[in-house]
Amino acid sequence: MRLENKVAVITGGARGIGYSIAEKFASEGAKVVILDLNQDSIDKAVAKLNKLQEDATGYIADVTNSQQITDIFKQIYKRFKQIDILVNNAGITKDNLMMRMKEEDWDAVINVNLKGTFNCTQKVSRYMMKQKNGVILNIASVIGIMGNAGQANYAASKGGIIALTKSTAKEFASRNIRANAIAPGFIKTEMTDNLSQEVIDKYAEVIPLNRMGTPHDVANLCLFLASEEANYITGQTICVDGGLVM
Amino acid sequence: MDVTAKVKEIIVDELGVDENEVTMDANFIEDLGADSLDTVELIMKFEEEFDIDIEDEEAEKLTTVGKAIEFLKEKLN
Ligand SMILES: NC(=O)c1ccc[n+]([C@@H]2O[C@H](COP(=O)([O-])OP(=O)(O)OC[C@H]3O[C@@H](n4cnc5c(N)ncnc54)[C@H](O)[C@@H]3O)[C@@H](O)[C@H]2O)c1
Repeated sequence: MRLENKVAVITGGARGIGYSIAEKFASEGAKVVILDLNQDSIDKAVAKLNKLQEDATGYIADVTNSQQITDIFKQIYKRFKQIDILVNNAGITKDNLMMRMKEEDWDAVINVNLKGTFNCTQKVSRYMMKQKNGVILNIASVIGIMGNAGQANYAASKGGIIALTKSTAKEFASRNIRANAIAPGFIKTEMTDNLSQEVIDKYAEVIPLNRMGTPHDVANLCLFLASEEANYITGQTICVDGGLVM
Repeated sequence: MDVTAKVKEIIVDELGVDENEVTMDANFIEDLGADSLDTVELIMKFEEEFDIDIEDEEAEKLTTVGKAIEFLKEKLN
């Protein structure tokens, strides 16, 4: 068990990559707390997680709502007396070519992805500073490194997350808090299930390993970075992308 | 409430220093070994314990134990 008795908060943990991370952490002994938007999907996810590790819980929380996040972290800390790991995973896309991108689509993506990551990091830092120990993992994207036509808002939010990760790592290093960014490439989730085989094949062509990744691949990297094996790694952005970025 | 005693208690607790080091003219950074994050934590602890808001401009001036106690006494009146 690589995360025995650790308390891990995962935003957007009810499905997709976030859920996969929650599952991986729970199976390594962590008490996982998922934050997401919909009570129904939270309940379903928590029920499944509880089969791996008792003490899994979930809260309805919108990462863009600073006050709500403050209150929830207070509750989590009160309940568990520690918060060891935060995974900022909640994220959305609202794609369009820049010429056609609406202001509200720009704002929404920056708000959830970038400001949401800031909000949760700021609130959890209080408790991690007190403990003099903590791990923060920010889910960025290869798009935040390479850019992408039709994803100006998303690319900016994910590039912002990478820079935020470095500032976080520097600001809290003296308190033994590590912060790293994970940059997934094309990962097969519900989001990508709608894509045609043709589009998927086209993506695969540009990936050296010639296939899409799975949420599992991302979760494995998160597990390593959250564990003590990564004790000397901070401020980094690590791609899990089949070699797409190099 | 004995503000002086409470403030000293918070400082001992937050900075992990000895009670008799916490003299009125002790400077948080130079004498009590605080770094910039410690001073932010101290201010946040004062805000929490005394249920007040301390503006950044005010916080910057609270460099010694005495200044902090004086400021908090005034603020709480
Ligand atoms: N799927 C990919 O190919 C891929 C690639 C690179 C990066 N990513 C990133 O991985 C993360 C997870 O992606 P996914 O594919 O699992 O997406 P997903 O849409 O399946 O899951 C995202 C989860 O976040 C939640 N969420 C959305 N807005 C929220 C808010 N304001 N507050 C709280 N929760 C909120 C959703 O309800 C959902 O459960 C995202 O940050 C995404 O940008 C995904």
